[in-house]
Parts: sequence; structure tokens; C-alpha cells
Amino acid sequence: MLTLSLLAGCATSDTRTADTAVAPGANALQLVNRMTWGANAGTMQHVGRIGLPRYIDEQLGPGRASPLPPPIAQQIGAMTISTKPLVTLVQDLEQQRKDADAVKDDDAKKIAQQAYQAEMNRVAREAQTRTLLRAVYSQDQLREQMVWFWMNHFSVHSGKANNRAMIGDFEEAAIRPHALGKFRDLLAATVFHPAMIRYLDNEQNAANRINENYAREVMELHTLGVGSGYSQRDVQELARILTGVGVNLGTTMPNVKKELAAQYVRRGLFEFNPNRHDYGNKVFLDQPVKGRGLDEVNEAIDRLSRNPATARYVSRKLAIYFVSDDPPAALVDRMAATFTAGDGDIAATLRTLFTSRELDGSLGRKFKMPMHYVVSAVRLAYDDKPILNAGPMLNWLNRMGQPLFGRQTPDGYPMIETAWASPGQMTTRFEIAKAIGSGSAGLFKTDGPQPIEKPAFPQLANALYFGQVQQTLSLSTRRALEQAGSPQEWNMLLMSSPEMMYR
Amino acid sequence: MNRRQLLKTLAALSAMSMMPAGRLFAAPATGNRLLVVFLRGGYDCANLLVPISSKYYYETRPNIAVPVPGNEPNTALPLNADSGQAAFIPFAGTDDLSRSHFETQDSIELGQPLNQGRNYQSGFLNRLVATLSGRDAIAFTDQLPIVLQGSVQVANTVLRTVGKPSVDTRQSGLIATMYQGTSLEKRVSDGFTIRDEVMREMTAEMDAASRNAISAKGFELEARRIARLMKDRHNIGFVDVGGWDTHVGEGGATGYLAGRLDELGRGLNGFSQEMGDEWRNTVVVVVSEFGRTFRENGNRGTDHGHGTVYWVLGGGIHGNQIAGEQIALTQKTLFQNRDYPVLNEYRAVFGGLFARMYGLNDSQLDRIFAGTKAQDLGLI
Repeated sequence: MLTLSLLAGCATSDTRTADTAVAPGANALQLVNRMTWGANAGTMQHVGRIGLPRYIDEQLGPGRASPLPPPIAQQIGAMTISTKPLVTLVQDLEQQRKDADAVKDDDAKKIAQQAYQAEMNRVAREAQTRTLLRAVYSQDQLREQMVWFWMNHFSVHSGKANNRAMIGDFEEAAIRPHALGKFRDLLAATVFHPAMIRYLDNEQNAANRINENYAREVMELHTLGVGSGYSQRDVQELARILTGVGVNLGTTMPNVKKELAAQYVRRGLFEFNPNRHDYGNKVFLDQPVKGRGLDEVNEAIDRLSRNPATARYVSRKLAIYFVSDDPPAALVDRMAATFTAGDGDIAATLRTLFTSRELDGSLGRKFKMPMHYVVSAVRLAYDDKPILNAGPMLNWLNRMGQPLFGRQTPDGYPMIETAWASPGQMTTRFEIAKAIGSGSAGLFKTDGPQPIEKPAFPQLANALYFGQVQQTLSLSTRRALEQAGSPQEWNMLLMSSPEMMYR
Repeated sequence: MNRRQLLKTLAALSAMSMMPAGRLFAAPATGNRLLVVFLRGGYDCANLLVPISSKYYYETRPNIAVPVPGNEPNTALPLNADSGQAAFIPFAGTDDLSRSHFETQDSIELGQPLNQGRNYQSGFLNRLVATLSGRDAIAFTDQLPIVLQGSVQVANTVLRTVGKPSVDTRQSGLIATMYQGTSLEKRVSDGFTIRDEVMREMTAEMDAASRNAISAKGFELEARRIARLMKDRHNIGFVDVGGWDTHVGEGGATGYLAGRLDELGRGLNGFSQEMGDEWRNTVVVVVSEFGRTFRENGNRGTDHGHGTVYWVLGGGIHGNQIAGEQIALTQKTLFQNRDYPVLNEYRAVFGGLFARMYGLNDSQLDRIFAGTKAQDLGLI
């Protein structure tokens, strides 16, 4: 029953031990396509050397931090978001905004405000670029997928207020360290991040002036899931618990009543203002919560992250992302059991998924979202050759309707085929397939007045193709490829093929 | 609110009065068409439908008020009483009080009750399409907007800028062969069909331009293209127009906002012309997420407000009226002492329009706007 396909010319270790079981019958190429942002030659050689079971172990290791290729690490290292701490970055931009607003002349004011907007856009684009560079080049591919998954689960729209300046830090400080860690830590990191607080209006939530927005979404979208049994009363009580949790962009402390001053908390831009907190007792999810300040929030986070509904909801969403649009209930149950047994251990839950028979049966059948389509294409076409400009990839994502950090509503992008395979979306995808296949497409040319350009061509007809990809293609796809009149057209057809739409 | 004036730019709509104003909506027609135009950014309705009888308006807008016609006769003209093709619904909007562009746009597009769990993948126009049969909806936007997301698969295509497709006919054919027998076969071929349809319309446009027709640009160009697609096949459309967030230097009878309204007015006029005979069966509804502050701010602009003015246009509507609940505008009647109140809730307004246009019963309307009683404004 073990039918690992061997990488041509490489000795593959296909023995496995009981505790590192691979999905039975898994095809290495297809499994790597599912576990990573897309198979490329380098990854398949690596898998060929160490074997699939060890590769899965490697990817699930929560503490891994493989170095990026130096040119990519340099690109990221030179970014403003890498060199300026969040507080400085936001306060500098805030000053620029205030200065622009204070300009008296209407025309000069407009120019100053446009300059502020341009700088905000530039910083947001750095964060988008960093995400793409890591998705394409990091060896910790599963972690990078999980970073995207959690950014989408705890979706924050970067277009709201000054979230363009904070979105990079939200990914870096709140999501990324916990992407394969414990769910409770992940949830807590998002609750206390200014980007989330601002996006879901909790800075407007104060005693006697309740704003339920965040409380509702935390339960509906981030933890328990809609229809899991919580009530409107729970929403109101959680909103009361969250009163006072806010953002302070300035350098001054608000006036806090003397007797509450010891309760005031400031961590970076996060602020807990006791003046705004409802100190009354609450009842949340059928249990009392003693009114006592910020610690109530930690208690609520505990209850939410350890609720069985959360285990099921998060497991099912992971299974939708990695297995199927309508994942088998038995798999979700086993994942939820692992989640609960490991106190929200994300890597362990994923191990249950990646060693399941259900995964095996689903390989090659999950429709690629735009993000998967774009990143897998660039990985396949250029392997580890470092691109100089992620701009074209960002544009392709925009055209396909999945801009990074651009989901307006807090539910995140849908991850199922019907959301991405409409007639217009398919036509757009073929246009992008042509752009990717026809040449370097601007990926190897820097922006700016004196751009640097390196020669590059998408090498899709490569050893990986002839060794492994070709066998997975249908007869119709192969016949169409035979009719290509040029390498560019061949690339376009391959990238347009049904097989390249699925992972 | 009994005397109202429109900006000169909208007088263009009166040109449409040349066409016979049929009343084809008396019985719900299957051939009728609906275009929803969303002005994103919250346009300043008080400088469109100008409350010229309100002293308070002139007191609180020293720099940006639109003058009463007569003082400056060339800047504001009355709505053409004969056209009958435009009506306005003041004090329209949502009960959402966030005053956030995104949240309010989203909540309007979803069209769901506030303060309960929302389904973020169910916009009200999609629910309309799902309730009707034989409707072909399309969004003229680069992404499928929330209002058209939902259980029915809806296409979208950008008409603002149309590039010639790079995938040529032969290549499209080869691609289509790869999908034969797969679950995506029909969607792939439908996609190529819509693309070719758009290109045919564009070719006709280029032919017209080469015969010295005045070439339209900006929103007018887009609106004319929309009309050509909606005339043929698509009978429910959505488009959005940005640039209305006038916090600074808004202008009055002339200036920034007047320019935007001018472009919008020319576009809608172009749309009606391009629809030809079908204009009689067409309803255009123009909405925005909220109105703006009644008073001007310190930057000769206005800030995010609440109630706004919706427009209903069409060759067969009972136009030339200011419809819906109204109230005299004084400092006392302003909502929170700053904004237009909302007296005509958007779900009730749209529900009433849909009921007339499509002959929907209460249970059908309830599928689109749960728990809302439709408001019949007698416009259709």
C-alpha cells in the first residue's frame, strides 16, 4: 500500500516508522504540493534525500527557523518595517498626519496628506512583499502557509484607519511566532495587538458605551464558530469584559482615577485604560467572571481557547484549507481530539491531518486560491532564483481578487472552489498564466528611477516536469501542450491547465 | 423640504425627456433592468439636493453652500419638471452608526439585520438574483463586490479600462480543450464568452470613435459600456464610483464635488442614451454609505455623517418627486446635532422598489431583507 513515487535519479527513503506515518499511498509530489506553497525542484530534491516522513517531521517542527537565501534576507532586512520598531513607525507616521492636517493652505494640505497616504501605502506594501518573499523562498513552507492561514483566520483589513502601518507587525509579532504553536497564545497575541483592536472597534468599547463588534467576531469567527451555542448575552458579557482594551498612539498617559492607576497597562501601542473598564461582575459562557480588570480578558481567552466548540471549529477550518471544501467529519473529530488533548497544540493537530487517509484521498483535488496559484507558479518557474520585485505578484493577486491583507470583512477570504472559479475569474487566471509564462514579467526588475534588471525566463519545462509533473497530466492537457508554437506558449498552456489549478 | 434645486450637472438628465415615458412597470416585466450605482466615500448630499429654503444651511456653510438660483443664475438649475425620469429619496440610509466607510459599506451591501450574526458571503443583490429566476447579474468591478456575493454564481468584469486580452482565440481554444469533461468546463467556456462579448462591444465603440463620434471618458465611458452590456444580456448590474470623501476643499456650485457630480451626471445621461428603447424598462438606483455633516468643517469640507439622498432614475419611473419620509431641516432636527437623520431605511426602500419591479410577495422579500417591512414610495 506504500506507493511513494520516487524522484528520478534520487534515492528515496520510503521506510517509515510507526510514529511518523505518512498518509498511506501518498504521492510525494502531490503531498508536497499540499503541504507547501507549491512543489519546486529544490524541495523535491530535498524530499528525495531525506524521505517524506522526515520531511513532514521537519515541516511540523514548531521551533524551526531556516535561514532565507541571502539576497532575499537582504531585501527584507532593508525594509522600514524591519528596521523601525512598531511604536516609532506609527508615531512618526502619526506626526506626519498631524503635520499635514495642520497645513493652512488647501492645496498644500492636499499635497501633504497625499504624501502621508503614499508613505502609509509604501509601508503596507513592504509587509505584503515580505509575506510573498517568505512564501516563495522559505524552507519552512508549512509555517509560511500557516502564517497566511492565521492572518486570514484573524483577518485584519489593512485599509482601515492606520492599519497599513501596523499590519506588518501584526503578522510578525502576533501571528508568526505562534503559527505552529499553541492556539491560546495565538489568540491572546491577536487580542492584545493594536491592529486587531482598531480593526474591530474595541477602542470604542467602554463601560456604559458598549461596542459589541469585536466581542461578537472573536466568538463567531476566531474561536467558537457561529451557531455553536453561545448567546447574545455572551456577546454582551464578553464586550463588557473587553471594555478598556484599546490603543494609544501617543506618548501621554490618559488621566486615570487615582484608585485605579495601578491597573493601567501600556505595552507598546496597546493600552488598558481602567477608567473605561466595566468593573461589574459578569457571567460568560455559563460561568461567573469576577470583575477585576484586565485579568478578566485573560480568563475569557482561556475559556474560549479551551472550549470544545473551538477545537472543532478550528480543526474544521484547517481541514477545509488543507483537505477539502467539505472535509470528512471523522477527520475533523480526530483533529479536534488532538487539539483538545494537546491544549490547542496546532502542530499536533496538523500531524493528525497530514498522516490521515482522508488527506491521501484528497490530493490533487483542492482548488488553488489566487495566493496558492501565484506563489506555486513562481516557485515552480524559478525554483530558488531570487526575484527582485514582488510587485507583479501583488498585482496578480489584486486582479484575482485576493489582495494580501485586503479582505474588507473580518471573516477572511473564503478557501473553497466556488469562491474563486467563476467564469470571469478563470479568464483572468489564464491572462495571468500567460504573463507568467511569457517571460520574467517584471519579477526581475527593481522599481525606481534607475531600475536594475536581471535576465530570467520561467523554466517550467524542467527536470521536475519531465521527472514527475508530466505523469500527473491528463491526455487532453498533454495534447494541448503538444500544439504549443513556442516555449512561451507551452508555459502559458501548462500554467492554464486544470492540473495547475489544483493542489 | 418642499423646494429643491439640483446642480446644473444633473440637468443633463432632462435630455432624456425626449423619450416617451412609458409606464411598463405596472405589471412586473421580465425584461426590466436594474443598475445599482454605489458612491463609495459618502457623498455630500446637501450639495446635490440643496435645501435652499433652509437658512441654517447657508449659515453653517459659509464657504461651500450652493447659492439659491437667481443670485447666480448659471450655477444651479431646477430639476426639469417635465423629464419625470429622476426622483430623490432624502433622509435615506442605514441605522449603522459606526460612520466608518468600510463597516457601513459592508453592512449595506450585506443588507442583513444589524446586531446579530452576519453571513459575510451573502449580499442583498445576490439574494435578489437567487429569489428571481431568469436573471443574469454582473458586477462592473475588478472584484466581486459583497453585494453580489452569495449562493448564485455572478460574473464580474472591469469596464473602466478594458485591455485587449492577451490570450488569443487559438490559445483560448486550446485551453478550452484541456477542460473538456472536467467540472470547470462550462465556467471556462462561459468566461471566454463574456470576454468576447465585452471585446465586441469595445470594437463597436472604437468604430464609433473613428467615425468622429465624441469620445467619452472617465465614468461616462464606463457607463456607456455598461449600458451596451446591459442592453443585451445582463439585467442586474452593479458599479461603484469613488472619490466622494470630501473632508477638505469640497467646493460649492463649482469646485471638486461639483466636478465629480458633473462626471457622474454625464455618465448616467450617457447610460440612459445608450440604453435606447430599453431605458423605459430600466431603473438606476444611486446610493452611498452615509451622508456628511450638515455644517462645513474647518477645512471647507464636510465629515462623515449619517442620512443621505438616494436617487432613482429610469425611463418609466414616476419621477420628478422627492419621495419618502421627510422632515424640515433645522438645527433641532439634525441627527446628533450634526447630520441628516435616517427616516427611510435602505432595506425598506430597496424592498419596496424590488416588490414593484419584480412583483415580489412578502415571503420573497423576507428572503432578501429578513425582518424588514418594504416601504412603497410609489416611484415605480
